[in-house]
Amino acid sequence: MRPILMKGHERPLTFLKYNREGDLLLSCAKDHTPTVWFADDGQRLGTYRGHNGAVWCCDVSHDSTRLVTGSADQSVKLWDVQTGTQLYSFNFNSPARSVDFSVGDKLVVITTDPFMGNPSTIQVKRIAEDPADQTSDSVLTIKGPQGRINRAVWGPLNKTIISAGEDSIIRIWDSETGQLLKESDKESGHQKTISSLCMFTDKSHFLTGSADKSAKLWDTRSLTLLKTYQMDRPVNAVAISPLLDHVVIGGGQEAVNVTMTDRRAGKFEAKFYHKILQDEIGGVKGHFGPINALAFNPDGRSFSSGGEDGYVRLHHFDPDYFSIRM
Amino acid sequence: MAAVESARPQAAKLRWGELEEDDAGDLDFLLPPRVVEGPDENGIKKTTEYRFDEDGNKVKVTTTTRVRKLGKARVSKKAKERRNWAKFGDAVHEDVGSRLTMVSTEEILLERPRAPGTKEEPSVSEGLGPVQPGAVLMVCRTCGKKGDHWTSKCPYKDLAQPPETFVERPSTADAASAAPGGAGRSAYVPPSMRGGGERTGTEMSRRRNDENSVRVTNLSEDTREPDLLELFRTFGPVSRVYVAIDQKTGMSRGFGFVNFVHREDAERAINKLNGYGYDNLILRVEWATPRPN
Repeated sequence: MRPILMKGHERPLTFLKYNREGDLLLSCAKDHTPTVWFADDGQRLGTYRGHNGAVWCCDVSHDSTRLVTGSADQSVKLWDVQTGTQLYSFNFNSPARSVDFSVGDKLVVITTDPFMGNPSTIQVKRIAEDPADQTSDSVLTIKGPQGRINRAVWGPLNKTIISAGEDSIIRIWDSETGQLLKESDKESGHQKTISSLCMFTDKSHFLTGSADKSAKLWDTRSLTLLKTYQMDRPVNAVAISPLLDHVVIGGGQEAVNVTMTDRRAGKFEAKFYHKILQDEIGGVKGHFGPINALAFNPDGRSFSSGGEDGYVRLHHFDPDYFSIRM
Repeated sequence: MAAVESARPQAAKLRWGELEEDDAGDLDFLLPPRVVEGPDENGIKKTTEYRFDEDGNKVKVTTTTRVRKLGKARVSKKAKERRNWAKFGDAVHEDVGSRLTMVSTEEILLERPRAPGTKEEPSVSEGLGPVQPGAVLMVCRTCGKKGDHWTSKCPYKDLAQPPETFVERPSTADAASAAPGGAGRSAYVPPSMRGGGERTGTEMSRRRNDENSVRVTNLSEDTREPDLLELFRTFGPVSRVYVAIDQKTGMSRGFGFVNFVHREDAERAINKLNGYGYDNLILRVEWATPRPN
């Protein structure tokens, strides 16, 4: 396949997200400006100007009209997707790390980093239909986990919130009371910070990637460990294919660590694994730096990867990808 | 009586005989029609149009495009509307020629996993011999034999590089054997005196070669001389390539030198390959000696 290279960001990429129909791709990077691209040919549609710090995460509503972004400038901003205007800004006492719209887009779950004595929190905010009615009140605030919470997402039917972070434990919280319902097992779970989490389309299972060089597949309801995919490098980004039984995992080391003796350091590829058999299907090379973000198009026919090198690479699969046999 | 009536089409065209002298110039306002030579087997489409430019001159514009079908997409109505959204933010002043979005020049494949160390050469299939299904493909760089042993275990380790990798190399062992006949290997013959190379011109040409020396840095670990030769020979004849190898680990130290025969080729190589992405690292290519001007 011939990947389409999009160099709109000056700094490393942090997150990629497709809208529900798969025609728009949103990219967040450390350069303060989330960008929206057309997902078929990679043409840039626009940028959202207003943040003053690295943008860590974003999510787009079901009808592709609202965009929410979380940034290190201690704010979470709500945007109009089409025009790029900022509709609202939630302000916090510490950098915001992860954002996720609930099913129905009425609520958004936000995590904030531990900062200056404040512990990390998970907060739920209500999103009003009309931006003029928007308030900053939190519907729910959860404090507790040690360390940074790298990702928090809604569980099935918005009944639960699933969080994962630096303490390498996955926690499931009740979304109405804030009570801790389940924790992942310490022995079989990740051993180092969990950097990324991706839900499957029907939210029945999810994939987490960790700096302990593995990615693990979990069942959402029981939090049982289903599968483990071994990598040879710390994992920064994971994605599950909505169409086939594939998962893709990307990672790499920071430039600071490149002098380690690992022979294959420097060849940054996104690795495809068979979701059920756990075998490696193959790798897609090309990034000149560690891969920080991965996303599958909802139709499963293309995927994009964002790297430390500031490039977004958009790949449309060749016909023979769909007939890979293990 | 069959009257053959040939239907004379009422042509609306002007008959030049009826035109007056002065009106002949009026025809200039008519432009020849646009001609589209449809996509041929390579997908190349040529459109020839005519238009008037700002000074009123008739201009012929030929546009050659390659039409490539990326694939069919079922697009929802909303998605189609979104396609027509106006650009905003930093994209407002974007013209079509902006270089933000580019299709990669390289074809990237989903590479199936291989056992570590095998080389993905397309010529692997030749001379394979009987290989058991499932056996790992072992390629030895020194003797070029496949399926037998790795490079470090090569029984012919101390042989010079296989002769076909180099065009001219007056100092190889092969050339040494063509020493002045009868020397019987006991007498040492300096390289410049060995047969097979230019005698008087050797030292001067080698010195000039060193001025055509190009340093290449940021090489990947498994880059070797043949890789550099293949990369640089397109610019012209190469007299020598060298890749610095760490003896302990066998990996490239990340840099090497290429000596061109002609200076202009070296210059072109520098201009073209500096910043070129090779094996996932961005090469730095420059003059080896301080810029000789």
